[in-house]
Amino acid sequence: MKRAAWSLLVLIALAALAAPWLAPNPPNRRFDDLLYAPPTPVHIFGDGLHAPFINPWRLVSRLERRFEADASTHLALRWFTAGTLVTADPDADAPLLFLGADGYGRDIFSRLLHGARATLAVSLVSALLTTILGACIGGLAAYVGGWLDGVLSRVSEFVLVLPAIYVALVLRAVLPLVLPPSTVFALLIGIFTLLGWPIVARGVRAIVLVEREREYAIAARAAGASDGRILLRHLLPASAGFLQTQASLLVPAFMLAEATLSYVGLGFPNTIPTWGTMLQDASNVALLGDAPWSLAPAAAIFVVVLGVNLLAQSHGRAPVQLEP
Amino acid sequence: MARLLARRLLFAGILIALTSSSALFLARLAPGDMTSQLGPFASPVDIENTRARFDLDRSPISQWGLWVSRAMRLDFGESFLYNRPVAPLVVRAAGNTALLGVVSLLLATLVGLALGVFTGARSGTLPMLVRSVSLVCVSLPPLVTSLALVFLAARTGWLPAGGMVSSTASDQTWSVWMLDVLRHLPLPVVALALPMAATFERLQSQSMADAVHQPFVLAAIARGVPATRALLRHAWPSSLRPICGVYGLAIGVLLSGSFIVEFVTAWPGLGRLTFEALRARDVYLVAACAASGAAFLALGTMTGDLLLAAADPRVRQESVG
Repeated sequence: MKRAAWSLLVLIALAALAAPWLAPNPPNRRFDDLLYAPPTPVHIFGDGLHAPFINPWRLVSRLERRFEADASTHLALRWFTAGTLVTADPDADAPLLFLGADGYGRDIFSRLLHGARATLAVSLVSALLTTILGACIGGLAAYVGGWLDGVLSRVSEFVLVLPAIYVALVLRAVLPLVLPPSTVFALLIGIFTLLGWPIVARGVRAIVLVEREREYAIAARAAGASDGRILLRHLLPASAGFLQTQASLLVPAFMLAEATLSYVGLGFPNTIPTWGTMLQDASNVALLGDAPWSLAPAAAIFVVVLGVNLLAQSHGRAPVQLEP
Repeated sequence: MARLLARRLLFAGILIALTSSSALFLARLAPGDMTSQLGPFASPVDIENTRARFDLDRSPISQWGLWVSRAMRLDFGESFLYNRPVAPLVVRAAGNTALLGVVSLLLATLVGLALGVFTGARSGTLPMLVRSVSLVCVSLPPLVTSLALVFLAARTGWLPAGGMVSSTASDQTWSVWMLDVLRHLPLPVVALALPMAATFERLQSQSMADAVHQPFVLAAIARGVPATRALLRHAWPSSLRPICGVYGLAIGVLLSGSFIVEFVTAWPGLGRLTFEALRARDVYLVAACAASGAAFLALGTMTGDLLLAAADPRVRQESVG
């Protein structure tokens, strides 16, 4: 189970890294005749056995978004051309669409791969920063104690009880609605870190409170180690296991937060493929019924969340977390 | 007990005042104001009048003071977007969200606790199966579930795909309206309740597995108490503590989750209203939405504490002493 979860997550990370090479089409290329086109099946049998080929979609009715496969035309897939693993003839207007096309006629599969980069980057960086910040604050609160501990504990309790999405929404919405992507990237990471640290800090505080009374900590102090050294080199390493689990649980939480904000239009702009911006296409109920492939990013989110949860559960009795 | 309640009420008051005030300040200090909604051809006089009507011509501090003094008299200001007092707007939206939240919470609690007691106390194929299903359901965030359910509803037509009332039923009699809402309810409720029920199941299962090995359960069985009674009357209450502990947090999670569910299923609740208000910089509406959200939170933590006290006699004694 653990190995399966690991390989699943590693596979997704690798796919994200290799996105430009794996994606058959550029993520922002629009095929104007293929709005909401269904996936193109890959055939081997035509009249006899062939190398893998596709039949291009022909638009029958633009209004009803009806497409017909042009069975007479065989477009052989091209391997290792134009810097991609596999693609259809890049010059013909008949792309290879593993997961269909979205409302602008862009290849969903390619966008899913490219979107994984932004989505995973935001959530991984936020999880890392949150863990570091939370560990520092929690360790400091427990080690120094007194009024500092009181203040930090009250603040973290307060942040914990707030509904995270609303706070993120307010913080994001009070800033200008249109921002360049790099600013959005930094902004989302900042907001998520601000919201996430108390979860980590609370756990680290509890661990350090116990550890500082242990013999080895007292011995370190007797040996003349400085406060900073005791905290960083002796006490915080005791919480490494907790931090590992917690960081891995934060990744899907932040991924969902990004998806939610982007879905409602407060995250990345639509030109940047992320799993959240891609889901905007699914917000049109009338079209969703005919184009289930626009739910592909939701499936991707589910797979990552499931992988992380399986991983956390396999570490024995994982802390059951309410969010996500 | 009364002292605990009084402290909680004080905390609730502070929470509501703090969140609504900071929401007001954030919305006021954010770049741009509501007059940009008037369009590019609005006359300067119109803009001036609108700004004066919503006290935007005052300094933020004096606006806040005015708002507080009016709020004391239960006048929470007007909404620019809807051009009417915010109180009825927010009460209505909060009611819709509360309906969604309470039904989801009840469903999640009933299903989660019942299954958790079962899987925690028993072992075998069926509990194992329940456990795996709930592990999958924990990983089903409301965003994903609600989109998938909306797709199913749109495809099959078994349930309405969005909204709270059909346009045909809104001007009908009370009972027709009620039935129509009941038809719209299952989709968002399931999306919201599924991961929460699974979480409750996991928590209850773990704590139940601990509780059945407690000495007092063994003692009860040794005294000749039937096994089922020992489980339900002795082991189960003592295993409720971790559940009640997260109940307060569950309200926050529920609010967070209901935001996106309301968005996906077009449920006219607090989430959508807050979002619209924030985008339009509708200051008083933002403040009122924040206040009602905070009230929900305070209510949730209070319910969690009361349930804990009701379930676990040790807590009752602690709070007395």
